[in-house]
Amino acid sequence: MSDLRDLYQEVILDHNKRPRNFRVIDPHSHKADGFNPLCGDRVTVFLDVQDNIITDVAFQGNGCAISSASASLMTEALKGKPVAEVEKLFQNFHDVVTGESEPSASLGKLAVLAGVRDYPSRVKCATLAWHAVRAALENRTETVATE
Amino acid sequence: MSALREDLQPRVELTLDIPRIREQFPILRQQIHGKPLVYLDNAASVQKPQAVIDAITDCYSGYYANVHRGVHTLSERSTAAYEGARGKVRRFLNAASTREIIFTRGTTESINLVASSYGGTHVGAGDEVLITTMEHHSNIVPWQMLCERQGARLRVVPITDAGELILEDYERLLNERTKIVAVVHLSNALGTLNPVREMIRLAHARNIPVLVDGAQSAPHLMIDVQDLDCDFFAFSGHKVYGPSGVGVLYGKARHLEAMPPYQGGGDMIRTVSFEKTEYADLPSKFEAGTPPITGVIGLGAALDWLSEISLEAVAAHEQMLLDYATAQLDEIPGLRFIGTARHKAGLVSFVMAGIHPHDIGTILDREGVAIRAGHHCAQPVMQRYGVAATARASFAVYNTRQEVDALLAALCKVKELFDR
Repeated sequence: MSDLRDLYQEVILDHNKRPRNFRVIDPHSHKADGFNPLCGDRVTVFLDVQDNIITDVAFQGNGCAISSASASLMTEALKGKPVAEVEKLFQNFHDVVTGESEPSASLGKLAVLAGVRDYPSRVKCATLAWHAVRAALENRTETVATE
Repeated sequence: MSALREDLQPRVELTLDIPRIREQFPILRQQIHGKPLVYLDNAASVQKPQAVIDAITDCYSGYYANVHRGVHTLSERSTAAYEGARGKVRRFLNAASTREIIFTRGTTESINLVASSYGGTHVGAGDEVLITTMEHHSNIVPWQMLCERQGARLRVVPITDAGELILEDYERLLNERTKIVAVVHLSNALGTLNPVREMIRLAHARNIPVLVDGAQSAPHLMIDVQDLDCDFFAFSGHKVYGPSGVGVLYGKARHLEAMPPYQGGGDMIRTVSFEKTEYADLPSKFEAGTPPITGVIGLGAALDWLSEISLEAVAAHEQMLLDYATAQLDEIPGLRFIGTARHKAGLVSFVMAGIHPHDIGTILDREGVAIRAGHHCAQPVMQRYGVAATARASFAVYNTRQEVDALLAALCKVKELFDR
């Protein structure tokens, strides 16, 4: 079960049980819904952006430990960041969870999700909330689907 | 019911040699992540015995050619094997005639055929199509599309918390506007066995035809379409130990004769000119284009294989596994069954407190145990129970009590991992 503990690390289980920023932001400047039709997981992300800085970010939804923890960790990572940095951080995160690159220090706490690379069917769980945030920042209103 | 099962058990142990049956499935002889494969995703698709694999290989390497075409030897042999399989399906379903057996791509296409051809000519504006809450998407969406096209209304029979159809509501919903009933025989999400014979009787009393979705029931139960008196029965090859990509639609000849073709093309015609086409007789009328030839031949081999080991014995063995798994899993704290109908077959669907089914599926896979986690293409069922997904273990003839024990041990590891 050692390899399973690489995927389900303490930090991930902790964020799954006690997700951070699991709330609605009202009013918010940006919002989007994400949906994984494969498993039915849903996430809604809310952002408050002022002067191109993400001053607040939160999420609501229902999903597996990987998608809940990823959404929770993402909100922590994005709070206070300039909007311009989101795409770079997402690409970095995406490359790590798909196994295209090794985690670097710039990824911070998000690196705990690197274990997902050994579970190809779970990559979409880890990226669902990120896709929703990107859609929200681009003011796309339709639900983002991972499929 | 339970008395009957007890009666059956000793007999089954005499008749079914499970280790010998397992030997016939080459795919089962492997390890997944260093653990023996425990394949419990049979409701999604079942593994294939050597006899089916051989039948397909023998056709391709020995006598393959297109069917119903050539005067040459190979075409005649392929045609004989193809049509021979139709006879095997007729016997499997106890249909009155091979003219009533249509080969399709699968249950989904069989239902689409009826919705489009029968529905298109019998369901009009203001009419109703009656389905149930526990249908698979394949027995919802084709009817929804039909109703949208025709301005008809899709009505749905509700279920109890246990996952049983409410028959009084079913009876109430049957009315003069109801043009067809489409009902799942055995629910893939709940394991509920529906009283289709009684439902057919009630519908027929009002001259309403009934389509039975037999995708899940065909591998687990003895099917007799004449005894059921269903108007249509659909099932898939890949769930009855045959290949994927082939399925069957049984229809009463009088319906099929009156119905317009579903698709146009080769093989479904008698004569074609640019002014007019005369359609072929049954069953060719509904089999446009080159069919899945080896799929049909493989399906025939699968039904031969099943009849040799006796579907009755298979059903009793699987019922024993279901009862055992239900009792074992019930011991796990925080585990809740989704679907607790009195009459069930083939599978257990469940959720665990605080643990998403996808996480269960991933962890079980690392223990070599393959189950399904998700909405099982039955999102309305998930909505009915207020869950996004369930975990589902489903059984086939080659499964054993030891494999149920492996499932239980793996589920305990899931809890251990999440509760730490």
